Amino acid sequence: MIAIVDYGAGNLNSVKKAFDYLGADVAVTHEPETVTAADKLVLPGVGHFSSLRALNRTGLREALLQAASAGKPFLGICLGMQWLFEGSEESNEVAGSGIFPGRCRQFPSSVKSPHVGWNSLTVQKDSRLLRGIEQDSFVYYTHSFHAPVLAATTAASEYGLLFTAAVERDNIFGVQFHPEKSGDVGLAILKNFCEV
Amino acid sequence: MLTKRIIACLDVDGSRVVKGVQFTNLRDAGDPAECAQAHARSGADEIVLLDITATSANRRTLLDVVRATARSLFVPFTVGGGIRQLEDAAAVFEAGADKIAINSAAVRDPALIGKIAACFGSQAVVVAIDARKVNGSFEVFTAGGRVPTGRNAIQWAREAAACGAGEILLTSMDRDGTQSGFDCQLVREVAEAVSIPVIASGGAGSARDFIQVFREGCADAALAASIFHFGIENIVELKRQLHDAGVPVRWPC
Repeated sequence: MIAIVDYGAGNLNSVKKAFDYLGADVAVTHEPETVTAADKLVLPGVGHFSSLRALNRTGLREALLQAASAGKPFLGICLGMQWLFEGSEESNEVAGSGIFPGRCRQFPSSVKSPHVGWNSLTVQKDSRLLRGIEQDSFVYYTHSFHAPVLAATTAASEYGLLFTAAVERDNIFGVQFHPEKSGDVGLAILKNFCEV
Repeated sequence: MLTKRIIACLDVDGSRVVKGVQFTNLRDAGDPAECAQAHARSGADEIVLLDITATSANRRTLLDVVRATARSLFVPFTVGGGIRQLEDAAAVFEAGADKIAINSAAVRDPALIGKIAACFGSQAVVVAIDARKVNGSFEVFTAGGRVPTGRNAIQWAREAAACGAGEILLTSMDRDGTQSGFDCQLVREVAEAVSIPVIASGGAGSARDFIQVFREGCADAALAASIFHFGIENIVELKRQLHDAGVPVRWPC
């Protein structure tokens, strides 16, 4: 079973609907016990980085960190991907998981913020999550903060600067864009996660 | 590279897609779920569904239509019409919308923008503005274009953005359904006034109109209804022409 973690940050229906469409066994949960029992985890999220504070209050943070270190496939989407980093200047007092180094930052003032719309992926290396995804495929974004490009970055996009579009190391996967809203490309990425 | 979005709009009356000219004279254009699927398949970057009679008839948005349309749609999906309070928005999100569009209710109570944004994020809140040129400046109209508000559209867009709107959907009532081109002056003035994306609407008739609103109007996205429904402009062909003209679009898609 894939657990989609609901910590009160926005609308998770679209994520659930996409996994349902792919025929995956998914459940939306806010309970640490269900996270612990799940085979795979999806941490979605839209909105403000401070909403991730709810993870700390509910015992979800520990359950998620344990699942991640136990080797369970873990996919962070948008804000969920940003949580995989150390933190974000959007809310300095709320800690990320620190699974990946670096902090999320605002876009430079040379571009409008938020970054909303379809942008192209520059695939930087082979990865399990992006298997079969062609160079320059388009995906849908909506966010105001971005994660830095690092060794674990598997794809980047450009908006005023180059930022991490997808990141992957062992069982940990993250995407800044919304695969559930990125048409066939997005569905293919979610299918890859189901098959990891 | 971030691309310019082409958005297909479904104006819904009851459970059917309709399209009017300057907000009246409605013609039937099909089933919403089928129309949405067809547009997404042909390359629409986003789908907007507007329940055009909800405000005047005091009805809630047709949640069943939203649910049926959202079921197998995997591009962003915005729903507007008849959303008056947070609970209305929550019901529309629950039915499968990714964003809601509010118009009259936001003018009446600008704090509603922030309330919905606080629960669902700013990215999920589109403020729709219907504007018409009156005595040389752009005035905001509500209730499906029937009620003049005396408010200036550019100032209202700025205020809506400050309240937490994620995008502005800007319709020129003068151009709506006329296929005579977007109102680039209106779009540009709003686009320069706010940092959030501006979706131009009203007047799309040809690829040239889209090129013009992206270049001269500085629009981030452009929305059309009638030209797509009645097959006048195929979205694939439109995107190819935009691409050839050097406008960044999601193509091929």
